[in-house]
Amino acid sequence: MSSLTSKLGWTVFATVGAVAFAVIALQRGEPIGAIWIVIATVCVYTIAYRFYSQFIASRVLRLDPTRMTPAYKFNDGLDYVPTNKYVLFGHHFAAIAGAGPLVGPILAAQMGYMPGMLWLLAGVVFAGAVQDFIVLFISTRRDGRSLGDLIKSELGQIPGMIALFGTFFIMLILLAVLALIVVKALAESPWGTFTVAATIPIALFMGVYARYLRPGSIGEVSLIGFVLLMLAIVGGQYVQEIPALAALFTLTGEQLTWLLVGYGFIASVLPVWLLLAPRDYLSTFLKIGTIVGLAVGVIFVSPELKMPAFTQFVDGSGPVWSGSLFPFLFITIACGAVSGFHSLISSGTTPKMIRNERDARFIGYGAMLMESFVAVMALVAASIIEPGVYFAMNSPAAIIGSTAESATQAISQWGFYVTPEMITQTASDVGEHTIISRTGGAPTLAVGMAQILSNVVGGRSMMAFWYHFAILFEALFILTAVDAGTRAGRFMLQDLLGTFIPSMKRTDSLVASLIATAICVAGWGYFLYQGVVDPLGGINTLWPLFGISNQMLAGIALILCTGVLFKMKHDRFAWVTIMPAIWVLVCTLTAAWQKIFDANPRIGFLTHANKYKEAVADGMVLAPAKSLGQMQQVILNDYVNASLSALFMLVLISVLVFGVRAVLRARALGAPSAKEAPFELLPVEAASRTG
Amino acid sequence: MLTKIARMRRYLGQSMRLMVGVPEYSTYVDHMRRTHPGQPVMSYEEFFRERQEARYGGKGKITRCC
Repeated sequence: MSSLTSKLGWTVFATVGAVAFAVIALQRGEPIGAIWIVIATVCVYTIAYRFYSQFIASRVLRLDPTRMTPAYKFNDGLDYVPTNKYVLFGHHFAAIAGAGPLVGPILAAQMGYMPGMLWLLAGVVFAGAVQDFIVLFISTRRDGRSLGDLIKSELGQIPGMIALFGTFFIMLILLAVLALIVVKALAESPWGTFTVAATIPIALFMGVYARYLRPGSIGEVSLIGFVLLMLAIVGGQYVQEIPALAALFTLTGEQLTWLLVGYGFIASVLPVWLLLAPRDYLSTFLKIGTIVGLAVGVIFVSPELKMPAFTQFVDGSGPVWSGSLFPFLFITIACGAVSGFHSLISSGTTPKMIRNERDARFIGYGAMLMESFVAVMALVAASIIEPGVYFAMNSPAAIIGSTAESATQAISQWGFYVTPEMITQTASDVGEHTIISRTGGAPTLAVGMAQILSNVVGGRSMMAFWYHFAILFEALFILTAVDAGTRAGRFMLQDLLGTFIPSMKRTDSLVASLIATAICVAGWGYFLYQGVVDPLGGINTLWPLFGISNQMLAGIALILCTGVLFKMKHDRFAWVTIMPAIWVLVCTLTAAWQKIFDANPRIGFLTHANKYKEAVADGMVLAPAKSLGQMQQVILNDYVNASLSALFMLVLISVLVFGVRAVLRARALGAPSAKEAPFELLPVEAASRTG
Repeated sequence: MLTKIARMRRYLGQSMRLMVGVPEYSTYVDHMRRTHPGQPVMSYEEFFRERQEARYGGKGKITRCC
């Protein structure tokens, strides 16, 4: 009986999902309600979770609920703590959710919502969630060790070192692109700049409060901080209206860049309790709250999607980022479908707290489905905006000019309806003096969110508040990432440099850590500055580099997973990771190759460099350069970016070679050769617990 | 029903604290009492500081994502 009900239930579920897809597919040319996207998405996730992740858990990995987990083995009540799976799910999700899944889909919307949506669904089910789940499993079976260690022990010392080296460059690019998003959102926006600047004194106050006034009262201090943040948003409006104050907080992109670089340096050498920790409380809770709010808003308001399913830009001629659907859509979406960075989290704190191996399915696979849902939400937010306004916000000034009239003219030629009034009206609705070329995704998401949230609370008069709330929410967790990332990068660098210069390894030495911090900040600062002055908006260059590096890490993680499956002698099921690994590898390598060699100067770095070289030879100066010296700088940037792309390719290919070697060796052996921690029985009371 | 809601609230609180790197203090105290009797147990304040250092000051540990 129960099996019949279950079958019936799943049939109904599948039918509902199919109907939702039919609605989406058949309503071509007419706007559809976002609710259909949500239904289709949730059905796909549920079916994938119920069947595919179950298949992976029981057949591919053969999770063993009686097997010892690191949390029990090393239980210390601190790092290793057996934790309830729902509690741990929240922790894991908060760690993997960041700006990436929000920005990628927004940029991808230039091809219409359909390509992005399809890849978000297919990618997460067959690649992203699989990677997170299996890496979590691998780490859990190996005492909760880190990705670098896992690669070293399963594939070899050298690929482990290569992967660590690659990770450092990913950090630099990641920090640069995140900082660029903040710069793009805050440039010439006194309201936004004031609220974000106000988070610094607020966080300092919270830090002192939680350390000395009421030690350890996280909830209380976060609540106080939240109230102060809301006041800062309201205060920002007054700042904007008082000319003297407005002038103080109206900064150009370049000024913001220098401020951010300085901030990154100072913040990452301050004691953690003073600025980083309290800011992390605010950004984490605000992030979770906003995601929930956005989901609720999309479901209840069910706004109409105004973006067509496909635009003509699938051919690669789009203004937001250049390159054709294959491979660049997959590189652009990145995190919401498959994110290499997650393999660092799945082999970080989570495996040390997992109570039972069986929970890895819910936490690893489940949390990634949720992350993908966040990405779908971002795609919806970008698609409910008038396409004309979307393109006005996301096209670089070099293409659409900097006035409402020039933008209207350019965008109308692409066939999207827009008037100068629509552009200025949107700007005044959200309390900004312009929205043209606010690239980077954050402002677009903020406009979309403001439209949705103002439908729930406050109406049109609250739109400006919600817009700045959304900007603040993104800037807050990006700044936390910049701060924490610079710290992490500093330690990584000290570790790497320490191999050659032993004195650099001393993390307690002030000189060594200041030098390493300065190198890190200079590293991401270089890419940030280059992005800010780029007339094509910077995102055009940096986001693909970021996407490539992130997918490269995903490729490495999937190669590791494949190697381990073969070493476990589960060859029959290795296709589960081989299939996504091949896809990720093909996309990443093709994209990197095109970024280096493509004949279109908007795509290929070398072609772009040659264009500038020819101009230099003719004695001409091309924007953004204002002198021949700056022309040389642009050419140098191109070579740096091309080398970086080549480096990413090299890292990926060499890890692939080591991966294939490990697989061949494993196949030649008659017995399993995976280096798991020896089998031990889980304490009885833990094995029987299901919650 | 009420106990269920109370439990959900407790889990939610635990999960929120764990999101910022602070596991359950009472679990830590229980653990120390049970398995290391006689050894000094950190006060909540010390425990909080120790966890803060471990989360943010740790050796290149990446605790968040893009």
